[in-house]
Amino acid sequence: MTATILRHGEPAPDDWTVLEDGRTEAELPGGKVIVTLARWRAEREALLSRHAVVGVLVPNTADIEAVHPEIADRPLIALQFPSFADGRALSQAVVLRKRLGFRGELRAVGDVIRDLVFWLGRCGFDSIVPRKDQKLEECRAALSEFTVAYQAAADEHTPVWIRRRGQAAAH
Amino acid sequence: MYRYDPIDRALVTQRVEQFRDQTRRYLAGELTEDEFRALRLRNGLYQQRFAPMLRISVPYGLLESKQLRKMAHVVRKYDKGYGHFTTRQNIQLNWPKLEQVPDLLAELAEVQLHGIQACGNDTRNITSDYLAGVSPDEHIDPRPYCELLRQFVALHPEFYWLPRKFKFGFTGAAVDRAATRTNDVAVHLVRRADGAIGYRFFVGGGLGRQPMLGQEMNPFVPESDLLRYACAILRTFNRFGRRDNIHKARIKIVLREWGPERFRAAIEEEYAKIKASIEGEELVLLPEDIERMRGYFTAPAYRPAAEVGADISGLAAQDAGFAAWVKRNVRAHKVPGYRVVFVSLKAPDHVAGDCTAEQFEALADICDAYSFGELRSTYDQNLVLADVAECDLYEVWRRLDAVKLATPNIGLVTDIVSCPGLDFCGLANAGSIGVAQDIYHRFDTLDAQYEIGPIRITISGCMNGCGHHSVGHIGILGVDKHGEEWYQVTLGGSPGNDAAIGERIGRALARDEIAEGVERLIRGYLELRCDEDETFIECYRRIGMAPFKALLYVNESEAAAA
Repeated sequence: MTATILRHGEPAPDDWTVLEDGRTEAELPGGKVIVTLARWRAEREALLSRHAVVGVLVPNTADIEAVHPEIADRPLIALQFPSFADGRALSQAVVLRKRLGFRGELRAVGDVIRDLVFWLGRCGFDSIVPRKDQKLEECRAALSEFTVAYQAAADEHTPVWIRRRGQAAAH
Repeated sequence: MYRYDPIDRALVTQRVEQFRDQTRRYLAGELTEDEFRALRLRNGLYQQRFAPMLRISVPYGLLESKQLRKMAHVVRKYDKGYGHFTTRQNIQLNWPKLEQVPDLLAELAEVQLHGIQACGNDTRNITSDYLAGVSPDEHIDPRPYCELLRQFVALHPEFYWLPRKFKFGFTGAAVDRAATRTNDVAVHLVRRADGAIGYRFFVGGGLGRQPMLGQEMNPFVPESDLLRYACAILRTFNRFGRRDNIHKARIKIVLREWGPERFRAAIEEEYAKIKASIEGEELVLLPEDIERMRGYFTAPAYRPAAEVGADISGLAAQDAGFAAWVKRNVRAHKVPGYRVVFVSLKAPDHVAGDCTAEQFEALADICDAYSFGELRSTYDQNLVLADVAECDLYEVWRRLDAVKLATPNIGLVTDIVSCPGLDFCGLANAGSIGVAQDIYHRFDTLDAQYEIGPIRITISGCMNGCGHHSVGHIGILGVDKHGEEWYQVTLGGSPGNDAAIGERIGRALARDEIAEGVERLIRGYLELRCDEDETFIECYRRIGMAPFKALLYVNESEAAAA
């Protein structure tokens, strides 16, 4: 399979299939599927019996804390970017990772352009599906556009006010 | 003044390279207009009528001499030899060439200047009291807190794609000189009876369409929790701010649609959750963090009053020009022997807020020689030399006067606040600069200005309100009527402690009526005031709209019915 997504910062093939609400399960092979939150709620048992692994696509308007108990055990949660400039899913991601402790695959889907990728990486997305016209290698490079950060997000950075403790003010 | 360390420098340098690549890809056709717009705005680059406009952030209005010299250099090299100070204490360049902007930003980065988040739907430059640290009415210097918050919001990944622009304004003084409640968030530094420092938070202010003043959300957030509470507000806005309609996307609309109780409950709930999580540990400020930041904003090496104090009444008696300047542009300082000097950017036949390369250079020299190398930009589009010794006042006046920066009109009728308007701005419906100059010339004798006393005239060329017309004592809003420029007048607005949104007086006036109309309002006020001490705004508040309406529409029989 050719690489079409970034997983853990590297190009990777996508082994998940999105099961759109309109499609019947019969059209799909078993295996790893992503369904909408609405379908997950309606068909949970049937989905689990037919597919090896089920991930859930959560709308960016959802209250992620309220939804969390229903999806906490899912191996993949996908969050939506209807436009690259609509940052609601960034807050969902940070809350999922830092407050709710979600450790599974966190996927960004939608209008994901190369210039959104850096911010996705910092907010805890480890699975990024760029828009079809985007160059995967450039997206990978964008993850490290900055080597420094002032604040923590859902990543490895320590806030500067903590890093600077013990240092005198520069003059 | 805050000094960059290697982390700040790396961040700004890498930012320039990121934008250089984005610009290259746009010019190569690899980024769409919409995509590049969102990216360039986040670097301060706005498309105006004739050229891009670059907005340079001046954090809480603080500048130093080497930055001023760099400004002189870049406006000569990349622009037409001048810059423009805005009501958000920033500097705008009107004529840079897109392909040169990355180089321009690289030069600015050498002196701690940048356009990061100067425009766009993100957290904008934080504004503050331009007399921070020097004013006798200040109880807590807000600058260390502004800088701590600036670093928290700069390139914050979660809050980089907000529903709309988001502005913070700070004050720690009795007098609000930063129009704080016109911001999405106002932070007032307060000291409780037990001595503890904290923040009084107001949320939901904003000008533009549906202007509103911020409402109190929390009367006392502890000093350690500045970033925790700010994070709670930003996350609430990012989640719930409307994205379906750009005109309803500010946080003030969430507040209006929810009502203050539900809105406050949402922020407080998020704040409580942050405090209880790992985020709370990361965001809490320890006393040493604040103390360390205070170290950047310590008082300069003031000399004893016996050495620098001076009785300037003798010089003033000999020189009427100096006397007038001292009366209007020089104010009290908390340290004996020192004064605060206002630098007027409102000279006759000079665009309000504009500053030429020669003026930038002269200011650099003057502040190096007489004000510890620092300069501040003000909410009213003027500048401040914050620490001038009394014995230097005459020389400072002489040198400012030589470059037309000593017009003695601070706070008077010719100290008009104005956006660039239709002459430059792609959003404007009508001109602002010409109207400002017409009004200026109707009152340009000093005697007339002194007789009128303190008054705030503010002009915006469109509904977006960059000229803060909604909070002018006399606010003027340019509107387009079938391709013609018309002007709506509001009265009674104020940005300060007595903050109020002005009320519309009636029908708009044509371009050739507006200056005369404003003159009638002001001359009429002189007749209506109860005594010489009653200011325009006090008079308006006492007698109300009707007498002013009659003055403005004096020739119209329908005035009463309008």
